[in-house]
Amino acid sequence: MFGIFVRRFASALPIILIVSLMTFSLMHFIPGDPAAAMAGLSATPDMIIQLRHDLGLDEPFLTQLFTWYSGLLHGNLGRSILMGKPVMEVMLFRLPVTVALSAYALVITLVIGLVAGVFAALRHNSWVDQAAMVFSMLGISLPNFWLGLLMIIIFGVWLGWLPTGGYVAFSDDPVGWLRTSTMPAVSLALLQVGLLARITRSTMLEVLRQDYIRTARAKGLKWRVVVVKHALVNALIPITTVVGIIVSLSVSGSVVTESLFSIPGVGQLLTQGVLNRDYPLVQGGLLIVTTLLVFVNVLVDVSYALLDPRVRHENR
Amino acid sequence: MSLLEVRNLTTAFQTGRGEINAIEDVSFSVEPGEILGIVGESGSGKSVTALTIMGLLPRPPARVAQGSVWFDGQELTGLAETRMERIRGKGISMVFQEPMTSLNPVLSIGEQVMETVRAHERVGPAEQRRRAIEMLDRVGIPSAAKRMGDFPHQLSGGQRQRVMLAIGLACRPRLLIADEPTTALDVTIQAQVLDLMMDLRDELGMAIIIITHNMGVIAETADRVLVMYAGRIVEQAPVQTVFDAPAHPYTRGLLGCVPTLEQDTRRLLAIPGSLPEPGLRPEGCRFAPRCELAIEACRAGLPPLESLAAGHDVACIRA
Repeated sequence: MFGIFVRRFASALPIILIVSLMTFSLMHFIPGDPAAAMAGLSATPDMIIQLRHDLGLDEPFLTQLFTWYSGLLHGNLGRSILMGKPVMEVMLFRLPVTVALSAYALVITLVIGLVAGVFAALRHNSWVDQAAMVFSMLGISLPNFWLGLLMIIIFGVWLGWLPTGGYVAFSDDPVGWLRTSTMPAVSLALLQVGLLARITRSTMLEVLRQDYIRTARAKGLKWRVVVVKHALVNALIPITTVVGIIVSLSVSGSVVTESLFSIPGVGQLLTQGVLNRDYPLVQGGLLIVTTLLVFVNVLVDVSYALLDPRVRHENR
Repeated sequence: MSLLEVRNLTTAFQTGRGEINAIEDVSFSVEPGEILGIVGESGSGKSVTALTIMGLLPRPPARVAQGSVWFDGQELTGLAETRMERIRGKGISMVFQEPMTSLNPVLSIGEQVMETVRAHERVGPAEQRRRAIEMLDRVGIPSAAKRMGDFPHQLSGGQRQRVMLAIGLACRPRLLIADEPTTALDVTIQAQVLDLMMDLRDELGMAIIIITHNMGVIAETADRVLVMYAGRIVEQAPVQTVFDAPAHPYTRGLLGCVPTLEQDTRRLLAIPGSLPEPGLRPEGCRFAPRCELAIEACRAGLPPLESLAAGHDVACIRA
């Protein structure tokens, strides 16, 4: 099993390389100058030129690329222009916030999405099914910032139950974390729940028609056992693929959600980085995020082998 | 009293064109230890009959419109699902025709046999395992103890069918329904599986309903035969009578389709035409449009199933 994991991760390394190259190029070819942004409105042209030189931005593109990659080999992602701190340090400070938020959203998604999908499939064409599908369609179609705003107005402003923004780390105060994270996590989970419920429903409907489900019933197994042990476990194989996609979605979703709820996570950090042309921060930050997402998708690949003995034997 | 008594069973399906009877007025019985063969073309209602007895048809669209199924003194149609679960696998087992798709791909074969035992008997894991190994061994899986952890995709079609059989027999049921148990198998494996079923019948004293469209399988195994056509029983007789003196033109037609060594092999008889769709069944005798002997009266009304001799019933006014 560990062998599969290492092999899959190694084969995903080129993806990380390509993404880093693309971010690097993109940041350098879009208009805008970090030196000008840093120096401020009152800066003289000479000051800006001096600053560009100090930051190494007057070097040719390929030299900068080379410098960046050789730093990377030594585990050095450079210093953030905006914050004046090493990118790695800034990211390690922000990353737990986004990871915790995404994990919370994922838990909400898995619980609601799986339960809704399974029940919709079991009560195929009933009102339960119809309602679940209407809600998941809404979840997919509604922009998540809209739900976020709505929740801020209702629960934050009118009812005053939850703070309208800000963030408390889980390690500092678990209850505070729950209070500050619940609305962002729910608005992040909106799209994901819709996707997962729909895919769970259609996969379960497909699996419940299989001959081995009939066999399981013919054995005299309880319906509950047939649904969970025989149908759901088989349905999890395609569902897992979607979970991989959902994790990627929650990272891109965090850009909007974190801004909306003033949460100091990676999404907010990278947004600031892009707006201020903080090249090292965006390049390094995206590299770390990409590596994490590749890691998650490798985990998804490996979980196929856990779930499906046919995959397990192929990879032996 | 018979082990299984099916009386006037009619199963209807809700379709886009209204409700259609898949089987109609089906009555038969099975005695303990008896092997009953049910023959007919695909679509004649054999499998629907079996699945109705097992209560395994999806409801809706299916429903038992009429009749009853008595098993061991208990009426099964309309029995609560939780009560039915106790009968399936323990009282009546069913083996399906598709060995490639009828086993769960993500569970080991050992687990799939063991969970049947677990569902019906209060025995510990060690005993479940012992029973599963015993059954897999009994159905001819070589070195069964070592194969317990194997998954279906590691087995051949014949072996998978044996595992299906082991699952069906795990709780020593009183009645085994085998729906085309050999159709998907090689000819040599077919004979082995049939021999195995008959051995187990003798050993366990269970009754078997064997569903097939293959008259050869019937000749080899059955004590009594039920011939179905377009959802109805057209003939019912001891196996010897069916082969020696078939009364219904359809039964004779089916027998004409069996190639034998003695027969003139240049010309294999076939029944002209094809089985009518359930929604487009003709008035009167359903076989009339394909029957050489059909007369005006055949098209006028459904011929009732009448006794021709002791134990020999036929639904044909020309017989």
